[in-house]
Amino acid sequence: MEGSSFFQRLKQGLTKSRESWVQKIAAVVQNRRWDETSIADMEESLIAADVGVKATQELLETLRKRSPGASDPAEEMSRTLQAALVDMLRRSPGPKIAPLSARPWVVIFLGVNGVGKTTTIGKLAAQYRSSGKKVLLVAADTFRAAAIEQLDAWGQRAGVDVIKHRAGADPSAVVYDGIQAAKSRGVDVLLIDTAGRLHTKVHLIEELKKIRRVISREQPDAPHETLLVLDATTGQNGLQQARVFKEATDITGIVLTKLDGTAKGGVIIGIQTELGLPVKYIGIGEEVEDLQPFDPTRFVQALFEN
Amino acid sequence: MFESLTEKLELTFKRLRGQGKITETNIDDAIRDVRLALLEADVHIKVVKNFLDSVKAKATGQEVLQSLTPDQQFLKIVRDELVELLGGEHQDLDLKTAPPVVIMLVGLQGSGKTTTLAKLARHLNKDKKRSPYLVPADVYRPAAIEQLKILGRELDLPVHDSDPEASPVALCRQALSAAQNRLCDVLLIDTAGRLHIDEELMQELTAIKDAVRPHQILFVADAMTGQDAVNQASGFDGKLGLTGIILTKLDGDARGGAALSIREMVGKPILFSGVGEKLDALEPFYPDRLASRILGMGDVLSLIDKVQQNVEEKEAAKLQKAFLKQQFTLEEFQLQLKQIKRMGSLGSLLEMVPGAKKLAAQVDTEKAESELKRVDAIINSMTLGERRNPAILNGSRRRRIAQGSGTTVTDVNRLMKQFMEMKKMMQRVSKLGVKSLFNRMPHPYS
Ligand SMILES: Nc1nc2c(ncn2[C@@H]2O[C@H](COP(=O)(O)OP(=O)(O)OP(=O)(O)O)[C@@H](O)[C@H]2O)c(=O)[nH]1
Ligand SMILES: Nc1nc2c(ncn2[C@@H]2O[C@H](COP(=O)(O)OP(=O)(O)OP(=O)(O)O)[C@@H](O)[C@H]2O)c(=O)[nH]1
Ligand SMILES: [Mg+2]
Ligand SMILES: [Mg+2]
Repeated sequence: MEGSSFFQRLKQGLTKSRESWVQKIAAVVQNRRWDETSIADMEESLIAADVGVKATQELLETLRKRSPGASDPAEEMSRTLQAALVDMLRRSPGPKIAPLSARPWVVIFLGVNGVGKTTTIGKLAAQYRSSGKKVLLVAADTFRAAAIEQLDAWGQRAGVDVIKHRAGADPSAVVYDGIQAAKSRGVDVLLIDTAGRLHTKVHLIEELKKIRRVISREQPDAPHETLLVLDATTGQNGLQQARVFKEATDITGIVLTKLDGTAKGGVIIGIQTELGLPVKYIGIGEEVEDLQPFDPTRFVQALFEN
Repeated sequence: MFESLTEKLELTFKRLRGQGKITETNIDDAIRDVRLALLEADVHIKVVKNFLDSVKAKATGQEVLQSLTPDQQFLKIVRDELVELLGGEHQDLDLKTAPPVVIMLVGLQGSGKTTTLAKLARHLNKDKKRSPYLVPADVYRPAAIEQLKILGRELDLPVHDSDPEASPVALCRQALSAAQNRLCDVLLIDTAGRLHIDEELMQELTAIKDAVRPHQILFVADAMTGQDAVNQASGFDGKLGLTGIILTKLDGDARGGAALSIREMVGKPILFSGVGEKLDALEPFYPDRLASRILGMGDVLSLIDKVQQNVEEKEAAKLQKAFLKQQFTLEEFQLQLKQIKRMGSLGSLLEMVPGAKKLAAQVDTEKAESELKRVDAIINSMTLGERRNPAILNGSRRRRIAQGSGTTVTDVNRLMKQFMEMKKMMQRVSKLGVKSLFNRMPHPYS
């Protein structure tokens, strides 16, 4: 095959994928049963949204189990799948204790490099602050260049204090100071920023465990939330990230960032089914207001839009 | 699932044995195996389709070579095609233009631009004897300018004192003349992360491009990116005309299939791989290695290359015999260690072995290398019988060996444990069809 013709075909294919889901399904599902061509098309669209092969197969099984009604199979296929997905995403354990029921309410953020941990903390700090809570931030990323300055800038923007040490300091020591300060200052919410780390780096995962041990030692019921920050543009590796971080640190939920791009973040479907980790917040931009609670219905709708 | 494509293909092709040709009907199952592997590696689904069509066309009707099993031959076709699409040979960053050579890094938020820019500056300075001038042109992200300043200080390279209130276009223009005044011959521009659909910010990049006419516009992409990579790459390429790609965060366990999608959309070379957070963690990009990685074959190929360059004929023959018989003794272990020392660092070698990457992350390689010396001493204190049959090593023998090598029984015990692990790993390697690993004869992946 010629390189150029391969390229051309690819471009054509992509233009095709920009048609909306409903149009596409309408085009293929004329008769009143799920024919394999339309199922294959659905499979393709789900995979293109990073849902992954395994979770996609499971979804299509749900579909196959039902036969379409008489009215409008195209609309119905989409509706059935959306309902199944929303249902799947709602199936999550409730919080152990009500949010903010302890004081200080301690939340630690972790994840691989560059996913949006620091920014999410900045947004959340500003939001808590404007709802009248007393917030304190902990700069426990002492490794990346200017990570402390970055959190500091967010602290200033949100009008909240930041507990920090020098670059290169022991992150556990900063966290220790943060908890002490939160207690003595009567803080409502303590948000801890950690350095980005790949889940494959054993010594960095160990460092995280140590930080957690320090938190629990200083405040036995903490951390109250351990949030894994996941970039919506991440593909199937997201599943592996969630597996390893959950195993190491008892994740309680996920923040799915960068949903303002064209990526759909479908990998969280596999994460939800396999690990039962609920998405708590979504990031849809770089400003304070661009952090929102996760809404399964709207997420799934977006997944099915082009 | 990752390590098993080779095994799966072997199964799929079992029933092919004895047939002289790969035909359309018997190939469908194998194609399905490869499709799954590529999708799990995040290659875009449309790219996968076209790729498989082309593999099928190439494979159908091929005579099965005497020297290869059908699964090996099929894998070779798949792999060769993948290497081809990833660019074939390694390509160098082209700097041939009148200085200062302007290089601009662009990409999505958090992909690794700022870190990569510092790595690139270090590489150009140390390996290419250039004098780079670093320009922070991200006036949006909190502390982005400070980040590059700190990295520049670490490298002892000049960083433009960007005014966060200035417009990025004005900044870059200023920096260009500052670089000329300082006689710097490379200008490296770090831009803010942005989405390909952000019209305003994409417009800003076009304006910078018009103002300083970069010789290279490099797209910095995260190796963990999923299916969206095609949208991102075509978005940036469409607006800017990219000249190359840098793939970051390859030190994780993402398969990196997005690289294939990006490469297909942009058609420009992938130049470097980012393999860590430190500033020396930048490597040239090798298409053949990424092809193996996408297929979940580890880096068997470059391991084979290294081994072929370094193993002495006679030692190789001996090791090969041990492999085939699956009788890996301490004698071979010692031989192995000697060769490892000749091949380079233990860490880099471990990373190439399929499935051993995790192991590599756990090993403190510097410590491991001094450990190698101790191991050598311990084995030297063993009798030939003990080396060939470590099972006879009881307590008193271990004490004697410890004394003879100036180590402790704990050291000897640890060595035995390591040896058992190595043995397991080696069995894994040989199971992967690398029986020809130590062979100078043509092998399926060359
Ligand atoms: N478009 C968009 N960008 C985001 C979002 N969240 C974060 N970012 C951007 O992503 C980039 C990385 O964000 P950081 O908060 O520094 O990420 P991090 O996880 O703290 O990174 P490290 O500490 O280096 O691991 C920044 O440019 C942020 O502005 C989001 O929801 N949408
Ligand atoms: N493990 C690993 N981390 C990397 C690599 N390259 C960059 N990083 C990390 O990824 C994170 C983001 O890197 P930056 O250089 O700040 O990314 P950026 O693209 O400049 O981010 P923005 O300016 O916010 O868009 C940091 O934590 C880096 O240390 C790599 O090759 N491997
Ligand atoms: Mg951060
Ligand atoms: Mg940057």
